[in-house]
Amino acid sequence: MAIIRTENLTRRFGERTAVDGLTLEVEKGEVFGLLGPDGAGKTTTLRMLCGLLDASAGAAWVADYNAAENADAVKDRIGYMAQRFGLYGDLTVEENMHFYSDLFGITGAERVRLMAQYLEMTRMEPFRNRPAAKLSGGMKQKLALMCTLLHKPQVLFLDEPTNGVDPVSRRDFWTILYQLVEGGMTVFVTTAYLDEAERCDRVALMNQGRLIRSGTPDQLKSSLDEVCYEVKCADPRAVRERLQTQAGVLSVEPAGAALHMFLAPDVPVEPLRSLAGAGCSFERITPSLEDVFIALIRKEEQSAGKRG
Amino acid sequence: MTFRRYRAVAKKEFLHILRDWRSLFAALAMPLVLLLLFGYALTLDVDRIATYVYDQDGTPESRELVERFRGSRYFDVLAMVGDYQTVERGIDTSRILLGVVIPNDFSSNVLSGKEADVQLLLDGSDSNTASLALGYAEGLMQMYALEVQNRAQNQKGMGHPGPAVDARIRVWYNSELQSKNYIVPGLIAVILMIIAALLTSLTIAREWENGTMEQLLSTPLRPAELLLGKLSAFFVLGLVDTVIAIFVGVVVFEVPLRGNPLFLLAASSIFLFGALCWGILISTVARSQLMAYQMGILSSFLPAFLLSGFVYAIENMPPVIRLLTYIIPARYFVTILKGIFLKGAGPEVLWGPLALLCVYAAVVFFLATKRLRQKVA
Repeated sequence: MAIIRTENLTRRFGERTAVDGLTLEVEKGEVFGLLGPDGAGKTTTLRMLCGLLDASAGAAWVADYNAAENADAVKDRIGYMAQRFGLYGDLTVEENMHFYSDLFGITGAERVRLMAQYLEMTRMEPFRNRPAAKLSGGMKQKLALMCTLLHKPQVLFLDEPTNGVDPVSRRDFWTILYQLVEGGMTVFVTTAYLDEAERCDRVALMNQGRLIRSGTPDQLKSSLDEVCYEVKCADPRAVRERLQTQAGVLSVEPAGAALHMFLAPDVPVEPLRSLAGAGCSFERITPSLEDVFIALIRKEEQSAGKRG
Repeated sequence: MTFRRYRAVAKKEFLHILRDWRSLFAALAMPLVLLLLFGYALTLDVDRIATYVYDQDGTPESRELVERFRGSRYFDVLAMVGDYQTVERGIDTSRILLGVVIPNDFSSNVLSGKEADVQLLLDGSDSNTASLALGYAEGLMQMYALEVQNRAQNQKGMGHPGPAVDARIRVWYNSELQSKNYIVPGLIAVILMIIAALLTSLTIAREWENGTMEQLLSTPLRPAELLLGKLSAFFVLGLVDTVIAIFVGVVVFEVPLRGNPLFLLAASSIFLFGALCWGILISTVARSQLMAYQMGILSSFLPAFLLSGFVYAIENMPPVIRLLTYIIPARYFVTILKGIFLKGAGPEVLWGPLALLCVYAAVVFFLATKRLRQKVA
C-alpha cells in the first residue's frame, strides 16, 4: 500500500515551473530517494508533501490524508527535517528536544524513554547540556533528526540531510535511518549525492521539475539502452577529445583516473579502440548510478531541445 | 489550541530572552535612557529668559521696572546695555530672547498717568517660547503699572480704587503648571509603545531567517499558540519595563502618582498587550529582521509621539489628522496615564479609553494570527 502518493503534482513560481506534473508512489517501509541536481525541484516537492507549500495543480496524499486539505492531520503523522535544521542555537540539546516533545504532545514516561533511547542511539548523551549552536555539523544533524522523531512519525521527510556533514557522520546517520526503517518507518529523502542514492530502496530522478525515471538503483543501472565502457589510458584528456567527436559516442566523462564512455546501442567499439591507441584498455561495465544519472539527464535535455 | 503547546513556546521564548543577556540589558535599560533623554530635553517650561535691558530713561521709575524683571524667576537680565545695536546683535546671535527698551519719557508718562510705552524685542524664531515670554513680560509690566498708578492716586488722597475684578486663579491637577507633570506620563506611553513594538517585531522574522519557522510549520503548532506563547514571554519583560518607567517618572521626575498604582499597572498591561500585538503583526508581514525593525520604529514611535496628544494637543490638529488619532492606541493610554497620575482617576472615569484599548489589542491580535504565514511561499 502506498503511504505517499502524488498525482500530477505541480508548483509554479510565477513564470517558472519548479515541479512539473510529478506522479509517484512510495510504499510503506521504504527508503525512497528523490535525486536530482540543485534546482531540480526536490525541496519544493518535499514541502508540498509536508503541507508547507500549496500545489498549483495536482495533489499529494501522505498516510491517506490530502497534504493540502488535511495539512494538520498530515503534520501529526510526519517528521520533517528542513535543509537548515530548525534548531534553536541558544537552547541546549535537551531543551530543543523538550520543546519539540511539547509541541508534539509527548509527555511523561514516554518522553523520558524516547529521549534516552534516541540520545543513546545517536551517541549524543554526553552533549545533552550543550547549546545547539556549539555542536558540530554532524551533531546538529543528529539533534535535528531526534527532534523530528520524538512523536514517532510514520513518514520521515529529510531534505538533503547530509549536506555539509562529514563522511563518518553521514555513515552514522544512515545507520540510524536503517534502524528506524526496521521499526516500520518510511523514509523519504532528497539528495544530490549519488552514493547516498545507492543506499535507498528506490530512487526517482528529477531534473528541471520533471520526473525522469524511478526504480531501484539496480533497475536504473540496467535500464540504460546505451553501452558503457571504462577506458583506461595514459593520457585521458587527449583520448577523451579524440573519442568525443566520433559518431555514436554519446559522451565521455572523466571518472577518477579513467573515462566512462557511453555508446549508442549497436555502435561497434572496435574502431574506437584503434582510434584511442594501443596503450588503452576498454572494459565494458555496468554503469554506476552517477553514469545513469548523467546519461538520463543528457537525454532528457536533448529531447527537450528537439521539442523546443 | 492546546495549553501545552502554548506553554512550550512561552518557555522557549523566556530562555531566548534570558540567554541573550545583551538584548535583555538593552530592553531593560531602554525605558530608563529614553525617559531621561526625553524627559529633560522636552521641557516646555519657559523660565530664566535671557534678557538685555536698554534703559534710556534712567529714572527711579524705570529702574524699579528693571528690578521687577531682575526679581522674576521667568527672566534673567544678562546685562544693561546702552544702544540698540547690542540688543539686535544679542538676538541675532541667540544670546538673548528678549530685549526690553525703556524710552526716555517712560517715567514722566507713568507719573502723569498717561500711557507709558515699553518696547519689547523678541526672537520669534521659536514662536512658542516667544509668545510665552511676551505673556510673562506683559503681565509683569501691567502689575507694575497698576501699582504705580495706585501709589500716585493714594498720594493724591483719593481712596483705594484698585482693579474692579481680581481673578484668583487656582489650577487643578498640576498646580505648579510644571510641564514635566504632564509630559512624563505621556512619555511613558510613547516609550512603552516603542519598546513593545520593537521587542516583538523581530521575533517572527528571526524564526524565518534562522530556518526554524519552516520546522515549526511542520509541527501541529497553531498560529494562535505560537503568537500567544511569544506574547507571554515579552509581556513579562514589557511589564518590568513599565514598572521601571513608572518608577523613574515618580522618583526621578517627581511626578505625583495620585491614582491607585495597581490600577495603573492593570491599565498599562492592557496597553502593553496591544502594543506587543502590533509588533507581532509587523513581524508577520516583514520579510527580514532589518525591515521589521524599521517598520517597528516608524509605526510605533511617530504616531505615538505626534498623534497621541502627549505634547501636541489633539484639539488643535486639522480634522483629518484628528480622526487619525482615534486609531492610535497611545492616544488612549496618554489620557489614562494623565488621568491616573495627575487626577487620581479610577476605572469609573477611564473605562472608555480602557475599553478601546481592549478592542485595539483584540483586533490586532486577530489580524496577526490571520496574517501569520502558514506556508513557506
